[in-house]
Amino acid sequence: MTASTIKLTATPEDHHVAKMAAVALGLTVLENAIPSPLPGVKPGLANIVTLIVLARYGWRMAAWVSLLRVVAGSLLFGNFLAPGFFLSLSGAVFSLAALAISMHLPQRWFGAVTHSILAAFAHIAGQMMVVYLWLIPHSGIAYLIPIFATAALVFGTVNGIIAARFIEAAEQPQTEPHA
Amino acid sequence: MNSYEAIRSSIKAGDWLTVLLGILCVVLITLKLWNGEQADRAIIRSAGKIFKEVPLSRDTQIEVPGPLGISIINIEKGKARITSDPSPRQYCVRQGWLQQAGEIAICLPNQVSVELTGSQKKYDSLNY
Repeated sequence: MTASTIKLTATPEDHHVAKMAAVALGLTVLENAIPSPLPGVKPGLANIVTLIVLARYGWRMAAWVSLLRVVAGSLLFGNFLAPGFFLSLSGAVFSLAALAISMHLPQRWFGAVTHSILAAFAHIAGQMMVVYLWLIPHSGIAYLIPIFATAALVFGTVNGIIAARFIEAAEQPQTEPHA
Repeated sequence: MNSYEAIRSSIKAGDWLTVLLGILCVVLITLKLWNGEQADRAIIRSAGKIFKEVPLSRDTQIEVPGPLGISIINIEKGKARITSDPSPRQYCVRQGWLQQAGEIAICLPNQVSVELTGSQKKYDSLNY
């Protein structure tokens, strides 16, 4: 009897996506330990990884990392296909859509901070849509939007600055030895 | 390079614009969603049924009969109040002028209530 083996060939790119998604996952776990005053208000540290991947490897890789993080994260926390999972997913999909547009802004003037803020706003917009259309179809949730919008702006800016610092740091060693 | 400069250098000119626009958006959204909407109509109920619906634009005085007697409702300058009521504790009278959409004064013993509405209804309570 011959043993049949299924061999999946993973490209170096795949390995890289997996590594980055793992880092993002670590940040998600870390973030869940931080108490939040309101469910849904959290820093979204994993998005720093998405921003760095976007800047270095493009949108396709960033989408992989972001969506893998959402799926793997939900398996980790045991809410796969539960409402929380669809909230994360809608947030991620809307953020990625915003990033797909904002990455075409002129790079001379717009950096990771802009991408981060736009993605954060898109994130809450996507989530509020799912909440309204599916979970709580009551206009009362509009009352919470200012809180989420403020959180998105603050955390979006902070995450953007952190991501920009990492992107800069990664660019410097490549240029310095030749200079 | 200290950390303050490092942060400054990682924010590009357009990023400042985004931050400013973001702040503007948040402020506008907050003002829009958190400011009580101006009411434009008063719904007067007696024994649970709508007794009369009046616009707040016209000053008027309405007498509503109830089981204990007559409640008098005044509408003045876009505001409404129950001026007099036969109920023993006078809660609805002491509530004073109602101005924002969603505000309501109820005289339980006399089964009379005044509710203000705008184009959109405001919430008197929220939970999630």
